[in-house]
Amino acid sequence: MAERSANIIEIRGLVNRFGEQVLHDGLDLDIRRGEVLGVVGGSGSGKSVLLRTIIGLNRSTAGDIRVLGQLTRELDDEALRRLQTRWGVLFQNGALFSSLTVAENIQAPMRERGDIPPELVDELAGLKVKLVGLPIDAMAKYPSQLSGGMKKRVGLARALALDPEILFLDEPTAGLDPIGAADFDQLIRSLQQSLGLTVVMITHDLDSLVTICDRIAVLVDKKVKVGTLEELMRDPHPWVQSYFHGPRARAAGIAAD
Amino acid sequence: MTNQPGWIKLAQERDGAVLQAGGAWTVEYAADLDRQVESLPKESAAQVLDLTEIDAIDTAGAWLLARASGQGEGQEIPWRNLAPEFQPLAERVLTAGPKVTPERPRARTITDWVADVGAGVEEVLAESLNLVAFFGEFVLATGRVIANPRRFRWVSLLVHIEQTGINALPIVGLISFLVGVVLAYQGADQLRQFNAQFLTVNMVGISVLREMGILLTAIVVAGRSGSAFTAQIGTMQVSEEVDALRTMGLDPMEVLVLPRVTALIITLPILTFFADLMGLFGGGIMYSVLVDQTFGQYVTRLNDVITPTMFWVGMVKAPVFAILIALVGCFEGLRVTGSAESVGKMTTRAVVEGIFLVIIFDALFSVLFSILSI
Repeated sequence: MAERSANIIEIRGLVNRFGEQVLHDGLDLDIRRGEVLGVVGGSGSGKSVLLRTIIGLNRSTAGDIRVLGQLTRELDDEALRRLQTRWGVLFQNGALFSSLTVAENIQAPMRERGDIPPELVDELAGLKVKLVGLPIDAMAKYPSQLSGGMKKRVGLARALALDPEILFLDEPTAGLDPIGAADFDQLIRSLQQSLGLTVVMITHDLDSLVTICDRIAVLVDKKVKVGTLEELMRDPHPWVQSYFHGPRARAAGIAAD
Repeated sequence: MTNQPGWIKLAQERDGAVLQAGGAWTVEYAADLDRQVESLPKESAAQVLDLTEIDAIDTAGAWLLARASGQGEGQEIPWRNLAPEFQPLAERVLTAGPKVTPERPRARTITDWVADVGAGVEEVLAESLNLVAFFGEFVLATGRVIANPRRFRWVSLLVHIEQTGINALPIVGLISFLVGVVLAYQGADQLRQFNAQFLTVNMVGISVLREMGILLTAIVVAGRSGSAFTAQIGTMQVSEEVDALRTMGLDPMEVLVLPRVTALIITLPILTFFADLMGLFGGGIMYSVLVDQTFGQYVTRLNDVITPTMFWVGMVKAPVFAILIALVGCFEGLRVTGSAESVGKMTTRAVVEGIFLVIIFDALFSVLFSILSI
């Protein structure tokens, strides 16, 4: 890789404004290569907008975003498309194409490239299905026939289809039962380690934060505070305090009773 | 991406043949790597796959290397010298299990085709029955609301009157006007050969009032409002709003269907009346241009040849068509299941069935009127 710098994503002075409402005001954030970064924040604090801005679905009002060393807003369409194949996104409800089977969903990004032979596309889809721990017979099913947990796994397999370097996850464990959520956390962690991914995940799940995140970015006051769990627990900001010391944090075993 | 594209070759070393691979084994070069792997000699005597020169690898690359070394196919060739940072990935891919590929759809045979026809017929029959049952439920709900008028949704009715009626005026008017123009033009052109241009007025008057006005209006409304009903109710179905209504003890038939059907029963006759006017107007304009007469003379002559019966023959169909279009629209909307794709499918179906039923009933009306000699 050309750009072996420590930071895979660098955000400087990001401003997002919608009408009167300012979501981000001079937000700086560095995401390091090979880490799992959890993004937390209250409802409406702009977590999803931050994610959408990084992946180019939302144009920021001001600020620079460098992903894999490239300044995203200076890229032309072609360069942006090429950059987009280097990250994978898992949307909150999977965002699977409802008219395609599981196998076809996973193959869609590979087929779009156009040059991979069909047999290989089939084999790789099979490999991805196994990597995310889906049963083989799920491949012929349609998304409407799958449970929420399976949909997320298919979404993950599709996000991994082109072997991206960065994986963006929007609330990967939301809507899963605790056992399924813990399994999914482990899956993300093991894939991240074996495939050498950088993972950026928006989450409300305190268990995920504890078990798989290396660092946590908290969106407060239109900016982010980044640090490890221990660092953030010492942060005096009232929202951060109540987040990491609330009853749910205690239940997750973060804070002492 | 400054990596060398991946490569693989067979080399001879002191202790026998060795497969050597290097460069970037990534999805970027998958097509080329696939070709290279496939063109390796099948029965090579290679003892080992040497990966010293690999400088990037991803799951697609690891999969191809596994294929090159015959992993999972009996005679495996061991790997050696893979850089430690790539070990976890390789292990993950190699331990994922045997090769699986999605099943290719079976080639279709004549039996499948026959079965499809049968299934299609069965579906049409079932659907017709369901539609009749739906009409029955609708009549019952109407009865309940008539017995207890306070349950009727007046606001919803007014909203739908605006959406299906007032907002449809421009398009219905324009289409009818143009059809009037076309009718007069074609009529005058043909009738001139018999020196009977003046009969154009009869032709335009009768065809607009009896058939064209109502039929065009019904088709436009089926495309515009029937589809909107399906899409609205279908989207509510997808987001479980309809289920929410049911749990509150509200009947979707009363809350969603009844106001829509009533709105269309009110607006379709009004739209038809407007379409009649515009059609006759368009015909008159064209008549006065083509035939050597003024628009005033056209109106006078029109007044002589058309009768109230002609007007009512067209008008009486309007409420019937309104019920057909609105019921089919709501029916298909409530049949939407789960996905967004299903909303699109049902909307298409609502429009096709709506127009189909309108034309069937128009034909039935013609038969009825000819029996009654109207």
